[in-house]
Amino acid sequence: MQVAFLVGVAALLWWLYLNLIANLQARRLRTDYGFLRQPAGFAISGAPDFSSTQPIWQAILIGLRNTLQVSVAGIVLATLLGTLVGVLRLSHNWLVRRTASLYVEAFRNVPLLVLVLFFYLAVLQRLPGVEDALAPAGFVLSQRGLWVPWLVSQDGDGFGWVLLAALVAAVLIGVWRTRRFEAAGIPHHRLLWGAGVATAVALAGWAALGRPVSLSLPVHEGLRVDGGLRLTIEYGALLIALVVYTAAFIAEVVRGSIQAVPKGQTEAATAVGLRAVQRLRLVILPQAFRIGLPPTGNEFLNLAKNSALGIAIAFPELLRITRIVIGNGQPAPQAFALMLGIYLTISLVLSGITNLVNHRLQRRGGA
Amino acid sequence: MSARPATAEFRPPPEPAAPPGRVAPRRWLKENLFRTPLDSVLTVVFAIVVAWIAYRSFRFVFVTARWEIVRTNLLLFMTGRFPRGELWRPWAALLVASSVVGLGAGALSRVATEEAAARGMAGARSWTENLRRAGPPLAFVAGILYFVTTPLPVALLAAVAAAGLAGFRAGRVLPRRWRPWTNLVVLAGIVVAYLVITRFGGTTPQRWGGLMLTVYFTVGTTVLCFPLGVLLALGRRSTLPAVRIVCVAYIEFFRGVPLIGLLVMSWLAFGFFLPPGTSIPDRIVRALVAFVLFQAAYIAEIVRGGLQGVPRAQREAAMAVGLPPWRVTQLVILPQALRSVIPALVGQLISLFKDTSLVFAIALLDLLQVARTVTAQPAFLGQGLGAEALIFVSFVYWVGSYWMSRESQRLEQRMGIGTR
Repeated sequence: MQVAFLVGVAALLWWLYLNLIANLQARRLRTDYGFLRQPAGFAISGAPDFSSTQPIWQAILIGLRNTLQVSVAGIVLATLLGTLVGVLRLSHNWLVRRTASLYVEAFRNVPLLVLVLFFYLAVLQRLPGVEDALAPAGFVLSQRGLWVPWLVSQDGDGFGWVLLAALVAAVLIGVWRTRRFEAAGIPHHRLLWGAGVATAVALAGWAALGRPVSLSLPVHEGLRVDGGLRLTIEYGALLIALVVYTAAFIAEVVRGSIQAVPKGQTEAATAVGLRAVQRLRLVILPQAFRIGLPPTGNEFLNLAKNSALGIAIAFPELLRITRIVIGNGQPAPQAFALMLGIYLTISLVLSGITNLVNHRLQRRGGA
Repeated sequence: MSARPATAEFRPPPEPAAPPGRVAPRRWLKENLFRTPLDSVLTVVFAIVVAWIAYRSFRFVFVTARWEIVRTNLLLFMTGRFPRGELWRPWAALLVASSVVGLGAGALSRVATEEAAARGMAGARSWTENLRRAGPPLAFVAGILYFVTTPLPVALLAAVAAAGLAGFRAGRVLPRRWRPWTNLVVLAGIVVAYLVITRFGGTTPQRWGGLMLTVYFTVGTTVLCFPLGVLLALGRRSTLPAVRIVCVAYIEFFRGVPLIGLLVMSWLAFGFFLPPGTSIPDRIVRALVAFVLFQAAYIAEIVRGGLQGVPRAQREAAMAVGLPPWRVTQLVILPQALRSVIPALVGQLISLFKDTSLVFAIALLDLLQVARTVTAQPAFLGQGLGAEALIFVSFVYWVGSYWMSRESQRLEQRMGIGTR
């Protein structure tokens, strides 16, 4: 029975594979992945470091970079906004509570694509042109994008390693403070210590390397903007839509998780004399976090997959690059297989991280 | 085992109901808006923001917005480029569908009432609650009426609504022994509605568009993905490792890739997997295949959650009575499992309804794409009316999704799902 089933599935896959090869040969397309080394033949908007003579695999890497950029930024911002809205939904204040539910109901019930198109066509494309750009201190905002102050490096990657070292130092210090706190009950101030050490290491490295990095401010002159880092409006529209949409779902998870914490916890915390904010921060949220982590991880996953909607507004993410590559006559099955493989990897990594954190939390706290 | 947390079934508990009884307005204000100084500040800030947004929205909808773009193109929004002379067909289909869906809903509502009564919940409902339930569909009808310019659609809409209500009433008074047949009747009615449009000299989905195409994908996918999803869920819990591994691989694969990527693939790469020389099916059919394959993976995860919730003793008891294993699954396990996941299934239906908008990637003119194309009409080109069109479309999506989610919450409460 089992063998028959396996043979059936294998035969189906083999049949599909044979058809695929026959079709590729009939259309005189190559059957391997060699096309990845051919020159791309197209430029990518928002990626000045890419030229059309570079090979296709580098274009796909840039697509992946854009997908990851928008996903990571989206996950961070959606978590912040979603947590805020979720907490507000449980406020004692009737108006605040109602406004938060209005937010959730409004954004949860429309397709994400509507939001992407709305922020793109009806909001960001209506910004003033470059010549009339809005330029609050250090920023330039116009139809062509948002320019923000950014670090520019004169000596390649040297300073990147310093930043990495600073990060590692911060994590180590954080772990050390946590251990001391758990052993002796000394207040840990993890964030303060970590941030302080990271800043110190970064500054020391900066001075030691002979100040290799300087801050570049965007300068706006007529039709030109120089310096700074440009974020395209396609990026902006996709990011805003993803954040606003996903935050509505995360808010529901946050609300549900907080409500799932037994009421006695709040009452006990009140009895001990904690104030509202302390109750939330020290007693309720840590427990709610444990309950809400798996579903939140699912929302992160959805956000990463939804970033493929960037194709609707020509944001050069993975799917759009794949689409261009196929449009240029490269074999579709291989290009799609590569794309699906990358998305599957992203999904697996994200759910792997969620599982790992979940595991550690479940093991640590027996509450 | 899968690397993914089994979380598709997570649903936050429903919001606690407001305590009954009247409170003096002053006390209510004090407790709900001005409890502490911080509260008062929050109230004022939120009041200003909300009032500003409400004012702007109101002004936009009733003063500044130029709704001509919707008014002139209402038919395009609803049916796309469906042949004008054939419009009686969708109306007839709508009448049939409305009455059978009403019938199904009525039967379900009767069951819910009986369950609620058995659990000691009050049977009678106040008219305010009825009004609130009818809110979303009424809002939809009102929104359409706002844009309708001729009387005929109004009359036909009224007829459709009447058919739906009549079906609902009939469903509620249906004798108990006929009840098992309602699902089949609903399915048959939907098929009849489809045939009314497509057969007898009708028009195939290739020429459908607008809301009609959106509904086609939603209903078609739901009907087709359900059997596959249930099979996958059963396969995932099978005792045969080979079956289990294949089902897990299928589910994890389709849950790990973006739907829009699959749709683009169905457009550009579907033909590669057919024997050379066979004619490739139409892209609507291909898109439907992509929707079904994707949706089935999610349905499978939901149904699996339901299967896990059925106590083991149920299977053992049924086996002891002497039923063969597959009859046990069919008659004892599945009905209980499916019942307990109705809300999650409705949630998945809602997200499918919204996801049908992704067919833009294969150049189909669904509801959302109509909004994009009408701004390029000569009469409206370059006038910046994209916002009006998009807002109308999102209103339609919003009403549909909100209504479904509301009704499923209600059903959940009345049937006591998840509370026992």
